Amino acid sequence: MKKIQFLALFLVMGALAAFTNPLAGGYKVGDTATDFSLKNVDGKMVSLKDIKNAKGYIVVFTCNHCPYAQAYEDRIVALNNKYKALGYPVVAINPNNPEKEKADSFANMQQRAKDKKFSFPYLLDDGQKIFPQYGATKTPHVYVLQKTTKGNVVKYIGAIDDNYEDAKAVKQKYVENAVDALLNNKDVTVKETKAIGCSIKA
Amino acid sequence: MIIKRTYLLAAAMAIMVAISCKKEVSTPDPVQTNTVDTPEVVKDTLPKLPKPIKVYSNDTVSVKAYDYAGLEYFLKQKNDTTYVVNFWATWCVPCVAELPNFEKINANYKKNKIKVILVSLDMAKMIDTKLLPFIKEKQLKSEVLLLRDPDADSWIPKVDSTWSGAIPATVIYNAEMRKFYEKSFTYDELEKEISNFK
Repeated sequence: MKKIQFLALFLVMGALAAFTNPLAGGYKVGDTATDFSLKNVDGKMVSLKDIKNAKGYIVVFTCNHCPYAQAYEDRIVALNNKYKALGYPVVAINPNNPEKEKADSFANMQQRAKDKKFSFPYLLDDGQKIFPQYGATKTPHVYVLQKTTKGNVVKYIGAIDDNYEDAKAVKQKYVENAVDALLNNKDVTVKETKAIGCSIKA
Repeated sequence: MIIKRTYLLAAAMAIMVAISCKKEVSTPDPVQTNTVDTPEVVKDTLPKLPKPIKVYSNDTVSVKAYDYAGLEYFLKQKNDTTYVVNFWATWCVPCVAELPNFEKINANYKKNKIKVILVSLDMAKMIDTKLLPFIKEKQLKSEVLLLRDPDADSWIPKVDSTWSGAIPATVIYNAEMRKFYEKSFTYDELEKEISNFK
């Protein structure tokens, strides 16, 4: 009888934990991030493991429609231009369901990539399966990964920098600082930041 | 006319002093007693209404902009009102979709001392072109404030430690309780949540 009571208690506690902590599934700094195979705007499938000469990746969940994402587009292009050659290319993923947000359709992604001259893969999270594993909640939302023998380890989560409005007024370049630290075999000092963004439409 | 009232509320375990500073005359609280013994303390601890960093106006609409240090006042008022503070922006589709529910709460519960504050996160370039025309077009009756503080990492955790930064997001609080929600609300959901704040 006691065993049954215990079991019931565990079930109730488990159910409570599951319901009260819906975002617990996301990665924390230090976790190993999943690879994926998602369709790029050029029609080809892209996986992290296929990217040659990578020491790591700057994975950016972003989209077409969100003004915050738009405010960062040029800065995302600049990140790739600076860090791809150094071994940290940008991989952009649109996590939104195009049925919920038509501006983020695959055709519109292709157009946006062309208009803004994206020099990096811009992938559609078809079926919205990858962003929940990472724990992305909004666009833009960045994960800096370091490629290691045990997998792609999350080293930084959060914003690109500390001023979405004015790139010239930026004081802290969070992503650049993180990647620079990794390139110099140092610890990332600011590992996590918060930023305003558009909630992901799944 | 500004009427300042000081209420002394005695609870079973603790005594709490709540200060109310209102612009409108309200019906007296039945449990209130005027305090005469702590006016100096009250004067010193009463937070002052912050000055906006800028006021944006067009012909018909005017919105006060605050940095987070200023906005914090509106997140920590301690009086007999329950505040529903919604973070939104004109460009945020789910925010705009739920806005009528907040407007309806503000209208329907005015007498119940529930006040909605809509904190816009519109960017500088959108204030004149989007925000002010939106307030006029939708004839928003709730108080609209503008948060102008681009270093979001410095203040998002202060609003709530669990907030990822996605909007819409809402804080409901009164002198005794505070809850944070990173979600959209229907009218019924909002009404149900507010009913817990008594």
